[in-house]
Amino acid sequence: MTSIVDSLFNYISFINIDMNILLLFAIVVPGLILFILMALNVMLSVYFERKVAAFMQDRLGPMEVGIFGFKGGKKFWGGIGQIFADTVKLLTKEDIMPANADKFLMTISPFIIVIGALLTFIGIPFSDGLIVSDFNIGILYIIAMSSVGVIGVILAGWSSNNKWSLYGAMRSAAQIISYEIPIGLTLLLIVIVCGSLQVSDIVSWQANHRWFIIHSPFTFIAFFIYFISVIAETNRTPFDIPEAESELVAGWMTEFSGFKWSIFFMSEYANMLIVSLVASFVFLGGWLSPFTIINVFPHNWLIFDGFYWGIFWLLSKAIFLVFVMMWFRWTFPRLRVDQLMYVCWKVFIPFSLANLFLVTIWELIF
Amino acid sequence: MSISDILTDQFKDSVEFSDQQNCLFIKDPSKWDKISLFIKNDKRMKFNYLMCISGYDLDDGVNLGLAYNFSSTELKTYLEVRIEFAYLTHIPSVTPLWRAADWHEREAYDLFGILFDNHPDMKRILLPDDWEGHPLRKDYITPEYYKGMPVPKDKSYWE
Amino acid sequence: MFKVIDKSIINADEMVLNMGPQHPSTHGVLRLRIITDGEIVSKVEPVIGYLHRCFEKHCENLSYEQIVPFTDRCDYLASMHMSHSYSMAVEKLMDVELPERVEYIRVVVAELQRIASHLIAVGAFGLDVGAITPFTWTLRDRERILDLFEMLCGARLLYNYVWPGGVSHDLPPNFIQKTHEFLDYFLPQIDEYNQVLTTNKIFIERSADVGVLPLDVGINYGVSGPSLRASGTSFDLRKDEPYSVYDKFDFNIPVGEGLMGTVGDCWDRYYVRVLEMKESAKIVRQALDSIPSGDVHEALPKKIRPKKGEVYSRYESARGDVGFYIKSDGKNIPQRLKMRSPAYCNLSVLNEISSGWMISDVITVLGSLDIVLGEIDR
Repeated sequence: MTSIVDSLFNYISFINIDMNILLLFAIVVPGLILFILMALNVMLSVYFERKVAAFMQDRLGPMEVGIFGFKGGKKFWGGIGQIFADTVKLLTKEDIMPANADKFLMTISPFIIVIGALLTFIGIPFSDGLIVSDFNIGILYIIAMSSVGVIGVILAGWSSNNKWSLYGAMRSAAQIISYEIPIGLTLLLIVIVCGSLQVSDIVSWQANHRWFIIHSPFTFIAFFIYFISVIAETNRTPFDIPEAESELVAGWMTEFSGFKWSIFFMSEYANMLIVSLVASFVFLGGWLSPFTIINVFPHNWLIFDGFYWGIFWLLSKAIFLVFVMMWFRWTFPRLRVDQLMYVCWKVFIPFSLANLFLVTIWELIF
Repeated sequence: MSISDILTDQFKDSVEFSDQQNCLFIKDPSKWDKISLFIKNDKRMKFNYLMCISGYDLDDGVNLGLAYNFSSTELKTYLEVRIEFAYLTHIPSVTPLWRAADWHEREAYDLFGILFDNHPDMKRILLPDDWEGHPLRKDYITPEYYKGMPVPKDKSYWE
Repeated sequence: MFKVIDKSIINADEMVLNMGPQHPSTHGVLRLRIITDGEIVSKVEPVIGYLHRCFEKHCENLSYEQIVPFTDRCDYLASMHMSHSYSMAVEKLMDVELPERVEYIRVVVAELQRIASHLIAVGAFGLDVGAITPFTWTLRDRERILDLFEMLCGARLLYNYVWPGGVSHDLPPNFIQKTHEFLDYFLPQIDEYNQVLTTNKIFIERSADVGVLPLDVGINYGVSGPSLRASGTSFDLRKDEPYSVYDKFDFNIPVGEGLMGTVGDCWDRYYVRVLEMKESAKIVRQALDSIPSGDVHEALPKKIRPKKGEVYSRYESARGDVGFYIKSDGKNIPQRLKMRSPAYCNLSVLNEISSGWMISDVITVLGSLDIVLGEIDR
C-alpha cells in the first residue's frame, strides 16, 4: 500500500501548479498533523499517568478541574479539565534562564530532542498503509532517528550551568547510548527472521505466519530484552537515574521552565509512544487483530480485521504497553548508575548476541 | 571495688567523687586526657559509650562546667564526670577516644566558648560561622544587628 | 563492589558538590558538602544548624510545665517520645511516684508513636531509593494512627500530652476498641510492604551491602536505636534498663542479621524498623488488655519546684537513645537543660560509612539512618 505522502500527492495533483510546490504541501501537511498528534498525546498521557499513579497509590488524582462546568463524575474521570489547565499553564509560564547559562544552547536543546521524536514518527505506521513514508529501510531509520535525542540531552545539561544538571545529562547520555545496542540487536533478530527492513513487510510476514512474540522462544526472550531496553532508553523508572527526583531534583531538565519544559515532556511521552508502537508492530502483530495470532481463522470470517480496525488494534496494543511502562514507574525503585550499566553490558548484550546466534539455528531447523 | 574507689586510688588528688551528686569531679583539667584514657581502657570499667557532653554555666560570672555521661555496654555501668573551670581554660579533647565527642565538643565550643585542644575540626556547628558571642552563657547579650538585619524584631516581647 | 578509597591517594581533580539545605531528599534542612571524584564520594560533611531554634536557651526562662510543648517540637515525628522522656527526667528529679494507669497509657501512646515514626522512616527510605508508591501507602496507614491521637488529645502532630506527673487527658470511651481495630487492620499491611519493597530485587541491590556500619564504629560514634541494632547488638533501653512498665510486657528486640547482605548495611537498618513495628503492635495489645483503672491526674504536682541537683535520664525513642540532662538549682525554672538527641550522633557517622560509595548511595545511607533535623538542631 502506498504511504500517506504518496496518496496525498496523487490526490492533489489535479491542481495546476508546479509539482515541487505540491510535493512540499504533501509533505508539510502530514508533518503538521503528526505534530498535533504529539501534542495531543502528551496532554492525554500526562493525565493518564497522574490517574494511574493515583489509583496505584490508593488515592484519586486530579479531581477538581472541569471544563465548562463538566467535572467528569466522582469516581474516575474526575479532573478532565486538568488536561487543558496544565497545557495553558505551561505555555504561559515565565521563561527563566539562569544568568550564566548559555542562552543559545538552552533555547535550541529542547527542540533538538523533539525533532528526533518527530522524525521517528515519520517511519511508524498507524495502520495498513497509514504511514507517512514507507521506507524500505524502515526499522533502521527508526533506530537511527531515536538516537538524535542524545545530543539534545547533553546540550541541555551543559547549557544549564549547574553541576547537578551536568551529572544528570552525563548519566542520561551514557544510558541512552548503551541501551541502543540491545535494541538494535533484538530488532536485528526480527529482520533476520523476516528478511526485510520494511515495516509493511514485517507485519505482512506476521499476518502470513504468526506473531513474532510466539514465533520461537528466542523471539519471546527478544521481546522482553527489547521492552526493558526501551524503558532504559526513554529514561523511565527503574532506569530514571538522570531525572532521579530524590537526588537531582529533575536532573538535566531542572533549569528549564514553561514552554521549554513542555517541549521536554512532549518528547518524553512521544518517545514512550514511539517505542510502544515499534514493539507493537514488530512483536505483537501491528495492525492485525488478536484473532489472527496463529493464523487459524480464514480471512473471510468475522475477525475484526481491516483498515479502521487496524488503527484500533495497533493503538490499543501501544497504549497497553505505555500503561505497563507507567505501572513499572510506580512500582519499582530505581537502579544505581553502575548497576544500570552492568545490566546493559554484562546481561543484555551477551544475551542478545546469544539470542541472535540461536535464532539463526532455529530458522535453519524449522 | 567500686568505680569511685578505683579512680580515687589511681589519680589521688586530681579527682573527687561526690556521692551526693553521684558524679566524678575532675579538679585538674589538664589531667583529663590521662583520666579519660584510663576510663576507657581499664578492664574493670571499660566505658566505651559516650552518651552526652553538656556544657553549663555556673552563673557566678567566672566558671563554666562540662558534664560527660558515659556508659559501658559490656559491664552495664554508668558514670558521670564533671569538670569546672574558669572561662579561658583549655580542656583536652576526648575525640581520639570516643568519636561521638567530635560534634558534642563543637557544640560546647559554639554555645559556651569552651576551648578544646587536639580537636580535629573545631568550628561552630549550630550557629552561623561568623556569629559573635556564645549564647548559652548566662551573661550573653543578644546582639543588635547581624549583618545589617536587626536581631530581635520586636523587643516588646521581653522588654 | 567498591572498596573504600584510601584518602591519601586522592588527587586534586575533586569536585565539591553541595546538596543544599533545600533538597527533595535530605530529610529536613540539612546541607551536605560532598567531595567527589567523578561519581565516587571521598568525603561527606554534614552542615547543620539551619533549624536551630535556641530550644535550650528558651528552657532556661520557662517553667517546667511550660517546656513540654517545646520538647514536642524537637523531634516532631515522634513527639510523644520527647515529652515522655522529658517528663521522666523531671519525675526523677522530683521523686514522684506515678499511678499505674498513667504508666500504661504512656506506654500505649509511646508505642503507637513508634509505629507512626517508623512508617515514615520506611516510606521515606523507599522514596529515597526511588519507589514512590510505598511512601503513600505508609502515610495512609499513619493517618489512622494520627486519627487515634486526635481522638485522644485533639492534635495530630504536636500533642502536648505527656506532662511531668501524668498525662493531660484520660482515654476517651472507645479508644481501646478503635486501637484494636487499627491493629487488626495494620498487621497485614506490613506483609504488603514486605511484598512490594522489602523483597524487591532492585531494592535489595540498592541497599544491601551499602553503607555497612561495623558495631565498634557505631558504639564509638554514639549511634543508638535501630541503626545500631542493625549492626548486630540487641542493645535496647526498654530491655536493658527498663523504665516505666516495660518490664511487664513480652516482646522481642529485632537485631540485624545480614539476611540479604552484610550485617549492618542499609537493608538491615530498614528491616529492623519493619520488624520493630510488629513488636510495638504486640506491646500495644498487651498494654490495652491489662490497663488498670484509676485517676490520671492525681500525681500532677501543683508546682514543679525540684530541689537542687542534676539528673540524666535515658529513653528509647524511635530514633535511638534520647537523654535529658537537667540541672536544677531549686527554682521553678531549670538552670540548664540539655537534650541529647539520637539523630545528632547518628548523623555524625555519615562520613565514615559513605566514603568510597557513589552519590546515590549517600542518599540511601542518609535515608537509612532516619534523621529528623528538628532534634539535631533543636
